[in-house]
Amino acid sequence: MGEIKDKSLLENKEFLRELMVRMMTVNKFEEVAFWLFGQGLVHGTMHLSIGEEATGIGTTAALTKDDYMLATHRGHGQALGKGVNINDMMAEILARGTGTNHGKGGSMHICDFDNGILGANGIVGANGPIACGAALTIKMKKIPNRVCAAFFGDGASNEGAILESMNLAAAWDLPVMFILTNNTYGMSTPLDHVVKNKDLKQRAAAFGFKAYECDGNDVLAVYETVKEAREHVVAGNGPVLVVEHTYRTSGHSKSDGNLYRTKEEIQYWKDHNPIKRFREFLTEEGIFTGEEIDAMQADADKMVNDAVEYAKAQPQPVVADLEADVYAK
Amino acid sequence: MREITYKDAVREAMCEEMRRDENVYFMGEDIGAYCGAFGVSKGMLEEFGPERILEPPISETAFMGAGVGSAITGMRPIVELMFSDFMAVCYDQIINQAAKMHFMFAGKVSVPMVIRTASGGGTGAAAQHSQSLEQMYCHVPGLKVVVPSTAYDAKGLLKASIRDNNTVVFLEQKRLYKNKGLVPEEDYTIPLGVADIKREGKDVSIITYGRMVPMSLEVAEKLEKEGISVEVLDLRTLSPLDTEAIIATAKKTRRVVVVHEAVQFGGFGGEVVSTIADSDAFYYLDAPIKRVGALYCPVPFNPVLEANTFPTPERIEAAVRETL
Repeated sequence: MGEIKDKSLLENKEFLRELMVRMMTVNKFEEVAFWLFGQGLVHGTMHLSIGEEATGIGTTAALTKDDYMLATHRGHGQALGKGVNINDMMAEILARGTGTNHGKGGSMHICDFDNGILGANGIVGANGPIACGAALTIKMKKIPNRVCAAFFGDGASNEGAILESMNLAAAWDLPVMFILTNNTYGMSTPLDHVVKNKDLKQRAAAFGFKAYECDGNDVLAVYETVKEAREHVVAGNGPVLVVEHTYRTSGHSKSDGNLYRTKEEIQYWKDHNPIKRFREFLTEEGIFTGEEIDAMQADADKMVNDAVEYAKAQPQPVVADLEADVYAK
Repeated sequence: MREITYKDAVREAMCEEMRRDENVYFMGEDIGAYCGAFGVSKGMLEEFGPERILEPPISETAFMGAGVGSAITGMRPIVELMFSDFMAVCYDQIINQAAKMHFMFAGKVSVPMVIRTASGGGTGAAAQHSQSLEQMYCHVPGLKVVVPSTAYDAKGLLKASIRDNNTVVFLEQKRLYKNKGLVPEEDYTIPLGVADIKREGKDVSIITYGRMVPMSLEVAEKLEKEGISVEVLDLRTLSPLDTEAIIATAKKTRRVVVVHEAVQFGGFGGEVVSTIADSDAFYYLDAPIKRVGALYCPVPFNPVLEANTFPTPERIEAAVRETL
């Protein structure tokens, strides 16, 4: 773990506990969802973010409830962090009629407009332009102290949509936070195969705005970096780029045979996963005991297991409604 | 009622709606001092200022997406694409984002956005600035598709589109921009999804829309002199489609010609023909239904080649005669 700028954070035990429980919840949620998938109880596909928990949780912890946020297709942690109801999200994963999307979206499209979650997106890079629009609303309606955070990955960083929206946000001084989760691979493709300049934070300088960078497996570093970046945005300085370096230890999706990386590499990152690192930090600093952290894990496990029970009991969506739901009234 | 051009009617609709609702704003390339490539937005920057007349960089994906993002957070954007062909540049934001959100997000959000764009050929602008791509939008559930043929319809349909809570692809006919028509000065809207009989007839129906409406009326007038009575049904909105009006006119005249400027193969005419064939109007038909659309080729530059690509009055007339 890196140096903590705001030492008072270490006295805020409730906040630290919350960060840990949330990371554990995301991790457990995905483990269980994937297990249900294997049992044939979840159909379709899903993209896990195991190993990346600190990015979704650390980032959203620095946002307010009213801030807008656009999640990626690998967005379970981003959505849970921003406040989506875990039962409703699990119900959606199980394609139930009472899920966040009433069974019409699934894992890739989790939304919760009451908590500023403008939807997770299945199109890589599409969040950038939409974030510009949400930020445009903030600017046009002169809403104080609000930003729109757009998550995207190292893969999406080479999409024209992202580059165009970085320029647009800069040109119009829009309160957009471009949150670049660099999880090392775009599906199976390592960054250095597809870029000449691996220093992604330099993208911001090209468009004339400020970039921040952090260890994406250090939840406090992520939180503090995003918090500082957010302050820069709400002060009226236009967009920012935050690059969070992390590693996806789970496969890209169910089709991933991990043929593009070694077992040793994956093991290294499992040993350096953000939950393990935060646990070590909290115990070494004497903030929580191992037993207390085990209790947090038990809380997270219960929340996820309860969500599964809740979701299983939910009704299937109604087929007859299909065409009626296409247009807004 | 005064006569104004189709283009002025479009501008009047936008201005009236922007005065009525502060959440409506207008965004597009060079719509400010330049007034847009076709001069549609003349005077709007002066009236509404740069806060509501937004000129983005030439980044169609970014600004179309900005339209989407603002629409889901409380604004009602009118986004102008200079040429309808440029939709291909920002297809994702229209097809995968705007069209999907209401359904995919369980009705918790809507995307009240109008995409205004200049469509069609006949201007010598060649293959990348002359297409009629409406069929591609009709095939995507969630979008509404409007193609006005008169100044009156342009104003009423655009006002209805701006007030609609869905994304409306509003395909203005660039060859009709200078056509004049009677347009009320007062507020009125024309509901989306309602076709209009532009000319009553009893022998044969031409079902059409957009630039082909005046051309079809011209043909109808000519044939009237020979005692052939042609009904011209202007669909006005392609999605949602007024299938009742299509079936009614087919039953009435028992002979149908479907005309559109878009490429005939795979064009919207196929949907019109299917609507009839799928209904009891089928039993009323006295002749096979004829289609008249553009040839299966990109729009060429040479004026003679271009004119021969699109339906002509002669081709429409010949099709009508074939049904008699």
